[in-house]
Order: sequence, then C-alpha cells, then structure tokens
Amino acid sequence: MARPYRSRINRQPSQFRIKFIPSITVIIGSMITALPLITDYPILPPMGLLVLLSWRLIRPGYWPVWAGFPLGMVDDMFSGQPFGSAAFLWSLVFLALETLDRRGVGRDYWQDWLIASLSIIFVLICGMLIIDFQSNLLRLEILVPQILLSILLYPFVTRLIGTIDNWRVSI
Amino acid sequence: MAPPRNRRPGFSKRAQYSIFASYLLGILGAVVGLLLLLISIFDPQGFAVLRTIGAEATAPVSKTLAEVGGATGNAGDNISAYFNAASKNAAMERELRSNRIEILEARALKQENERLKRLLDLDKEVPDAIGMARLISSTSSSSRRMATLGLGTTDGILIGQPVRAPEGLVGRVLEAGPTTARILLVSDSQNVTPVKRASDELPAFATGRADGTVDVRPINLGTNPFKGGDLLITSGSGGLYAPGIPVAVVIRKTDTGAIARILANAAKVSHVIVQPMFQAETVAAIKQEEIDRDDAEAEGGE
Repeated sequence: MARPYRSRINRQPSQFRIKFIPSITVIIGSMITALPLITDYPILPPMGLLVLLSWRLIRPGYWPVWAGFPLGMVDDMFSGQPFGSAAFLWSLVFLALETLDRRGVGRDYWQDWLIASLSIIFVLICGMLIIDFQSNLLRLEILVPQILLSILLYPFVTRLIGTIDNWRVSI
Repeated sequence: MAPPRNRRPGFSKRAQYSIFASYLLGILGAVVGLLLLLISIFDPQGFAVLRTIGAEATAPVSKTLAEVGGATGNAGDNISAYFNAASKNAAMERELRSNRIEILEARALKQENERLKRLLDLDKEVPDAIGMARLISSTSSSSRRMATLGLGTTDGILIGQPVRAPEGLVGRVLEAGPTTARILLVSDSQNVTPVKRASDELPAFATGRADGTVDVRPINLGTNPFKGGDLLITSGSGGLYAPGIPVAVVIRKTDTGAIARILANAAKVSHVIVQPMFQAETVAAIKQEEIDRDDAEAEGGE
C-alpha cells in the first residue's frame, strides 16, 4: 500500500468512480464499432446497449429514467444509425424497465436475462425498421445471427459489469 | 434480486414529485429522441458533423488496429483454407492451365482494344485515383452498411466520390471529415447504383440488401431477362460512377428482377481507391473543349 497510515474506519469509496464509471463503460461499449471489423451484414452485438442493460438490471435505481436519452445520443454518434434512433429506443426501454420495477416484485437472474433479451430484440428490430420500414420488414431474418450473439453474450457482459461494479464501490 | 428500496416513497410529497418528474423527463427524452430521428430521416446530412466528430475521435485507434490486424475480415477463410488443401491444389492447377490460354486471348483483345481506342481517341477515359487507403472500421452493429476510410478532406476527398477496389465498386463517400470519410457501401439499403448487364448493356438499378447482396431491378419493368452468372457493371448514368466498374454477379432470379452478389466484398478488400466523380470529369472535359474552341476561334480571327 502506498498510504500505510490511512484510516481504517470511516473510509469512503472514490466519488468519481461511483458517479462516472457506469457512463464511461457504456460509452466505451458504444465505441466498439471503432474496431477494424468490416462486415457485410450486421453481426457485432450492440455493446453499448448490452453494458447499459447490465448496469440497469444489476443496479435498479442507479440510472434516472431519462438516462437512456443522453447515452443513446452518444451511441448514435458511433453506430451509423440515423441520429436519434438509439436516443429514442433506449428511452423507451428505460421507461418500460422503470414501469416494470415499479411493480416491486423481486426478480431472479433468469428473468433479468429474459428482460434483457426482449429489450435487445426490440432495439435491434426497431433500429432496422427505422432505416427503411417497407423493404426491411420482409428481411428481418438478417438480424437473427446478431440477436442470438447478443443474447448469448449478455451473461458475460453482466459478469464483467458485476466485477467492475464491485471495484466501483470498493474502497 | 431484491426490489429496490426507494420505489415506494410513502407520504413524502417531495419524494413522490421527484419520481414523477424523472418519469416526465424520461418521456420527454423519448419524444425528443423521436424528433431527432424524424429530423435525421428527412435531412440525413443534418447530424453529419456529430458523426464526423465520433469517427475522428476513434480514428487513431481504428487506424492502429487496422494496421496491426489487417486480416480480421478473412480469418475464417484463412483457417478453412488448411482443409481440403490437396484437392484444392489440383483444382487450382487445372484452373491455371485454362487461365494461361485465356490470358493470351485477353492480351490479344487488349491490343485490339488499344488500337480501336486510338482510332476513336478515347484514351483519356479512365479517371485518376485521388487516394488509396484502408477501410478502418464499419458499422458492424447496425443494419446500415457504412465503412470508415482513413482519408479525409485534407487528402482531397469530397462527398459523392466513388470508391472502388480492384475487384469492383465498393461504394461512395457519404460524409467527409478532416482525416476520415464515411463510405456508403453498395450493400446499404439506401444505396441505389445504376448498373447494366455487361453482355448486352441492359440497364438496371441495384439496391443494397444489407447482407452482401443487391436487389437488381431492370429499368424496363415487365421483362426479367436475368439469369445466374450475369455480370453487372456500372452504367455511368447519374454521373457519379464511371461506366464499366464491375459491381455484382447475379446469383438468383426473383419475381421482379434478380439478386446479385457484390464482387468487392468490403470485408475482404484490403485497400480501396477513391476516384473523382465521373460527371465532374465530364463537365471539366466539356469546359476544356470550349476553351480550346474559343482559343482556336481567337487564333482564326487574328
């Protein structure tokens, strides 16, 4: 330890970590499109959304209801979707999750995964329909690999976010 | 997981109001998001600046990683190439023999072509390249098909310029920042490329399908003369792409046209070339001709 004489009681975790780590991880997740992966069809999971959902479901009550809007705007800068698409869809997801939380029923891990999966499917399909409703309605099957990959990746992202969360609140 | 604690605020008016206000803000966020979306659907270039900032911010990372691991796109192919190596070798040797003959034939055709071109004075037809670079990233999580190129306005890139690879057409420049440019790939569903069949110049439109193929619809509706294996090249109409760039090969006939596979698969091309706009070239050529004619007339008048 660099500070051997620091107090052993009444210690506070870093306020910067507490306040900003979740947003920073979501933005880094959105920036995943900067990786030099050139694909011919949508395959990369929407990492920003996965990280956001992990935080939202691990720590209900941490994000305010409106948090989907600013984070979605940042995601729109990197995703290539029409601007405002993630801001709109993530806001809707947050409203739905908040309404769900208001029911006050305890949830287990599998239900969290189901909720996250439904949210991912909703955002990906709506994101595709926003681009071109008429012609894309007939070929939504393009999204199947991406949706499957995202749903299967969600538990791993949650694990990672859980570890980050432990570090965030640790002293 | 246990339900969060602060959900039922009891009789505290202040707590109730703050929950209500955060709901209102959430709904407001959704509404504003929808408005932004509508704006960007009706004016797709409206938020280009923000996206350019995003691309520029991540460009150093993308460029470095693209240099390190240039072969990400065809890693699967590299692995699968180890299997069936012997049979593939035999097939390739057969192909090589037949190709040798074809090369000789092509050489003869090239000579004849050059002779005819000289006769017609068409030698200046092929436009020069503005720049050559790597595609550094793509929108691989969205259903839009766009890629980022490691060149920008400082290298002379302008919006609308066609981008091609040796294999064929890749797309066109959609947004240009100082050191990066966004390329709208041929496979994007918003990208319509005027094409013609190489064999008989049958004009058609190729619209992207977001999965590496294009939908081909002939301009003369009611006829559907396509068949598997037809090569589609750019027709030059519209003035954006120079005529004669290979675009796609028909793989399947449909009710209204055909589905064709794009030749220059953005995932596999290593480098792309940015070309000047074809029409701009034509306009410049016409202007040059006018100047020449004026000069000639002036000289004649003296």
